[in-house]
Amino acid sequence: MKKFDLFITGVGGQGNILASDIAAEVALAAGYDVKKTDTLGMAQRGGSVISHVRIAEKVHSPLIKEGEVDILAGFEKLEAVRWAGYLKPGAIAIINDFAQPPLSVNFGVDHYPSDEEVRAILKQRTDRIFMVSGTHCVTELGNARTLNIFMLGCMSRFMPFKVELWKKSIRAHLPSRLHKINIAAFDLGRKEIGDGR
Amino acid sequence: MKKLLSGNEALALGAYHAGVRVATAYPGTPSTEILEAIAPYKDVYAEWSTNEKVAMEVGLGACYTGARTLVCMKAVGLNVAADPFLAAATTGINGGLVIVSADDPSIHSSQGEQDNRHYAKLAKVPILEPVDSQSAYDLMALAFEISERFDTPVMLRTTTRISHSKSVVNVTGERAVSTKPPSFPRNVQKYVMLPVNARFRRPLIEERLVKLAEFADTFPFNRIESGGNNLGIIASGIGYQYAREVFPEASFLVLGMTHPHPTALLRRFAGQVKRILVVEELDPFLEDSIKALGIPVSGKEFIPRIGELNADIIEAAGRKMGVLAGKPAPPKITVKNPLPGRPPLLCPGCPHTGMFYVLASLGQRLKLPGAKEKEQKESTLVITGDIGCYTLATYPPLNAMDTTACMGASIGHAIGMEKAGLKSKIVAVIGDSTFLHSGVTPLIDAVYNQSKITVVILDNGTTAMTGHQEHPGTGITVKGEQAGRVILEDLVRGLGIKDVKVVSAFDIREVRAAVRYSLDRPELSVIISRGACAVRTPRGAVSRTIEVESCNQCGICLLIGCPAIQAEGKQPFIDPSMCMGEKCTICQQVCPKRAIKPSSELRAAK
Repeated sequence: MKKFDLFITGVGGQGNILASDIAAEVALAAGYDVKKTDTLGMAQRGGSVISHVRIAEKVHSPLIKEGEVDILAGFEKLEAVRWAGYLKPGAIAIINDFAQPPLSVNFGVDHYPSDEEVRAILKQRTDRIFMVSGTHCVTELGNARTLNIFMLGCMSRFMPFKVELWKKSIRAHLPSRLHKINIAAFDLGRKEIGDGR
Repeated sequence: MKKLLSGNEALALGAYHAGVRVATAYPGTPSTEILEAIAPYKDVYAEWSTNEKVAMEVGLGACYTGARTLVCMKAVGLNVAADPFLAAATTGINGGLVIVSADDPSIHSSQGEQDNRHYAKLAKVPILEPVDSQSAYDLMALAFEISERFDTPVMLRTTTRISHSKSVVNVTGERAVSTKPPSFPRNVQKYVMLPVNARFRRPLIEERLVKLAEFADTFPFNRIESGGNNLGIIASGIGYQYAREVFPEASFLVLGMTHPHPTALLRRFAGQVKRILVVEELDPFLEDSIKALGIPVSGKEFIPRIGELNADIIEAAGRKMGVLAGKPAPPKITVKNPLPGRPPLLCPGCPHTGMFYVLASLGQRLKLPGAKEKEQKESTLVITGDIGCYTLATYPPLNAMDTTACMGASIGHAIGMEKAGLKSKIVAVIGDSTFLHSGVTPLIDAVYNQSKITVVILDNGTTAMTGHQEHPGTGITVKGEQAGRVILEDLVRGLGIKDVKVVSAFDIREVRAAVRYSLDRPELSVIISRGACAVRTPRGAVSRTIEVESCNQCGICLLIGCPAIQAEGKQPFIDPSMCMGEKCTICQQVCPKRAIKPSSELRAAK
């Protein structure tokens, strides 16, 4: 049995906690031990949010050690590179091409990393960087809030769980009126990654 | 049945299956979700209490009738509830009484860090500490049994990572409730703590502790997991998990009951291993008592006593101690430009923004981050603050809070500054839930001692910070049912305060007029600023837009600190996906050039 340490980062309101809940349920249904935990500050909205999902035959710590992350899903570019040190050498990094600059950047006090800088930071750990246009794709699809499910679709390409298991867990976590569009977002995410090379 | 549950959900389910009939709490991170998970059960009475002290007292009263009772709070909540907690330890219980103390190492969302196991030691009551959701579920049932068997309240202590991480629980139990109807046989010697009766109870508490210590030696959740004999780990709580990951070869003594400790078991374990490392979050609580037995152990000389632990920290400790081989650390990530932080902010459309903008502009403290520091002058207005989302107004650009200590402290702080002779005007700012929690008694103090401060109650109709719980001012219970409602202005007027105003939080002119009026008058005043929390308000249909032709780039709209207002160079613009539109319009009201307009108007003009 392989282990999968997933690290899902974003900004409050992007739905990464739901995404991590779904991934954890899928792993449980597939017969793995699983632990997950979220770290978020005191903000209701707009702060950094990180979810750790640990999948293995037996999991002890719910927090992933630095340098142990197998798959990073960054819903926002700055929040993705902030945690680059957690990546295992050669890890998968899936980065949504979307920037939400903090207030200090708007005020011209701080600098938001350019795409080159984002790549340069991640490259110190891995070459397997997938810059995906999730926000663009799901906006076209008609519901920007399905980004989290799109990102799950991307991540699912690198895990051995059956597509139907993912879809079942997605349906279980969402009201039925949102099933169709979220399943479509999941499929789009899978398509975006292709064969993962 | 296997379920993926958070520690808090597992505690709630464990309590439900253990037959809990009454559950009380005041919301507080990381404990809030326990009561929320219990509330939907129809056969449990659950309430958000006014504060933790009341939660504890209601819980104690309930358990006196024979009902199994659960009381939940965050670490600092037990400071508020300390008085009835120690009283409960003295009277003992009738139905089982379990108190969950959810500690917050690393201060994710608290005003301080504290290890509440010291409270249980002070009260001489037992502590159970789960290591994951499964043991949270299992220990809850045992906590009720221990409570009833030893006539004692039981503290069930978690830390953030236990409460807020999900792990697999094999749910084996079913709800079992005592069929005995509630009854309260009068027993003055047990329940009336006149000094003579308290003195009678006092030796019983010591006897209880001795019996509990004997019990701890056979308690199945205090157990040895045999491994190699070079290294022994004594661990409790989440520390066990980190150590299990880092030291797969070691022997373990895992303690599910950390007070009183199992003396014989500790000695037996010490005889089996060469060196011992104690792994526990926060203070050397176990370590000190083990050392007092004369057993040599290591602990806090290698493991920090501040903040949350994790496997990286335990690994580093193992290397320092010389029990783990050194491993080359992966090269550090280098960044060309430092990455900007993302401090939490008041939300777009937050009803607190307008009030803080007014207070900050009257106090001349509005300043863009990074703007040049002006010469430090004594502020003409001091703003004492309190605990809630609004504490975020401390950050630039509002800079609108000068003190925050603990729940309800803003009003007392303000009175104290005035009475000490501070010449500045003083405003105390407090949220609705916090005011009802512990702002009423200091306001009575202000009336009684003829204070001249101004108290602003930010009434957003919810306990927003912890995730929108109901409170006495909303008139809705934790179960979502109609309840009694405390009307803030009636309450305040009832205390005898004459200058009481209720203003609309989104009307800057009204807010400014009220603040100016009250600050200028030499008497106690209360301003209730009312406006619904933005997170619970549907977004307005028409977002605001900045008309570039009319905008002179003065930057005043940026000073309200709304995350929806961004800038490209000097030119501010509004992100329509974040703007609350006609539900807010604060930026529109403060723009001196009237350049901010409904986006529909601007489109029509074009």
